[in-house]
Amino acid sequence: MDYLQISKAANIRKKITSGIIYALLAIWAVIVLFPFYWMLLTSVKSYGSYNAEHIPSFFTLSPTLQNYVDAFTTVSLGKYLTNTLIFTLITTAIMMVVIVLAAFAFARLDFKGKNIVFTLFLSLMMIPNELVVITNFVTVTNLDMRNSFLGLILPSVTSVFYIYLLKENFAQIPDDLYYAAKVDGTSDYRYLRRVMIPICKPTLITIVILKVIECWNSYVWPRLITDDPDYYLVSNGIQEIRENGFGRENIPAMMAAVVVISLPLIVLFLIFRRKVMEGVTRGGTKG
Amino acid sequence: MDKKNLKGWLYLIPAFLFLGVFMIYPLIDVFIYSFEEGYNSASQNFYGVGLYNYSYVLHDPYFLQALKNTFILVIITVPVSTGLALLIAVGLSSIKPLRELFQTIYFLPYVTNTLAVGLVFMILFKKTAYSDGLINLLINLFGGSSVDFIDGPYWAKMLVLCLYTIWVVMPFKILILTSALASVNPIYYNAAKVDGTSAFRIFRRITLPMISPMIFYLVITGFIGAFKAYSDAVALFGTNLNTAEMNTIVGYVYDMLYGDSGGYPSFASAAAIILFVIVLTITCINLLVSKKHVHY
Repeated sequence: MDYLQISKAANIRKKITSGIIYALLAIWAVIVLFPFYWMLLTSVKSYGSYNAEHIPSFFTLSPTLQNYVDAFTTVSLGKYLTNTLIFTLITTAIMMVVIVLAAFAFARLDFKGKNIVFTLFLSLMMIPNELVVITNFVTVTNLDMRNSFLGLILPSVTSVFYIYLLKENFAQIPDDLYYAAKVDGTSDYRYLRRVMIPICKPTLITIVILKVIECWNSYVWPRLITDDPDYYLVSNGIQEIRENGFGRENIPAMMAAVVVISLPLIVLFLIFRRKVMEGVTRGGTKG
Repeated sequence: MDKKNLKGWLYLIPAFLFLGVFMIYPLIDVFIYSFEEGYNSASQNFYGVGLYNYSYVLHDPYFLQALKNTFILVIITVPVSTGLALLIAVGLSSIKPLRELFQTIYFLPYVTNTLAVGLVFMILFKKTAYSDGLINLLINLFGGSSVDFIDGPYWAKMLVLCLYTIWVVMPFKILILTSALASVNPIYYNAAKVDGTSAFRIFRRITLPMISPMIFYLVITGFIGAFKAYSDAVALFGTNLNTAEMNTIVGYVYDMLYGDSGGYPSFASAAAIILFVIVLTITCINLLVSKKHVHY
């Protein structure tokens, strides 16, 4: 055996290995994508043709948008979407204000008891939501805030974890900048707005995106606190559609609703792909 | 000095207010609830203090069913999803072309609504009067007979629940492991190559130890996440999980609190605390085991 033969054999082995790897990765990609394909496909089949298929076909030659019309007219999908949008925007906005102020206090300001309070904050991260949801349910019910946006929003506007994440980022800004600003007579609040927030914009955007995803998909709390369909968010909306939606088992229309609900976040993800994945690596949960 | 102190607290007021009302107070309250016997949510009074709520929950067949379901779910999904994610992450980091595309595709389930996509899984597996569903047709193709995965036998329903859970948790694990693999210093690999070490040996002796903290992190978060499974089950089997025999511990807590069988915050509290204790115990065991096997 000479050198050429050996290198040829090695080359072939390498090609086979990478072929196997690509095949395995492609299989998983199909498993991930297939449900999305299926919901898109089913959503453009007409009610009649869907139910006539004993063996579901993998494509359709006569796509229809009727199901999307049905999804917006027969059930109040539009209402659910608006509710979710309002809920997501307000919750995220309030939360950003609350956590920026708290993170600023922990990172920049000096006050008595700061370290103890911060340790206490960190220990709160271990508390699972399931433990506090029970009392919150009773509290909100007693305050007569069921079926209202206030009841939906208020318990979700703080996150110890995001305060921690932001505080770490704020703390990386050099002290010299702060002292220089102090010499110029800049107030703390102005310093926060003009210097810290612009510098930490990437982290802030990441937190906003993660929170938006969380809000859009939240299910448990909205389910507990709303039983009036006028206040349903999309997760409960889709559950409602499933249980007593279109009157009959109209799977294509249901899938159209599923597509409409899933689309906003998928678009958001495709636009901010890097930001989302980097953010989840740094501070994601769900898994 | 006083003004300075005041200012710090001023910035913390909003966070404190919300955390106090919706986190610290409930945390204390949930323990109180769990010991109040015969609490009535309408009249808001109770007639005793003791461990009755815990004993009721622990003897409730629905809770035992939920406990069993949750444990099966945890034992199956955590190892399978972590192992599969490791396999995929290793594959991903060994290729160059198409890598970004694969990564983007793999991440999609993370940003989708669990309830909504669960419905797609349901119609794929469900047997209806019109059609046996796609998965059953595949099974038929390979010579098996159709099973109703949504309203059928227990093991079939559990299988779908496990599959769906794995599908949902994979993006996070693949992402974390891929970034962990990328952070291993290539010097080690090059040194091993010079010594002519086999690929498998490199994986076992270099890659695995180097990323073991991340794997361990995933196992812990995986355990915690799987113990709190709930919305996946709702997505597949509807809100009435007790009838479907597919309830989870978290589902039991919410059912006790609200809905047709609801109105018992004391039982819900006791169940939630039992869940918390289980999760805490498992996490501690994990930490102890990791001391032996994880290289920091």
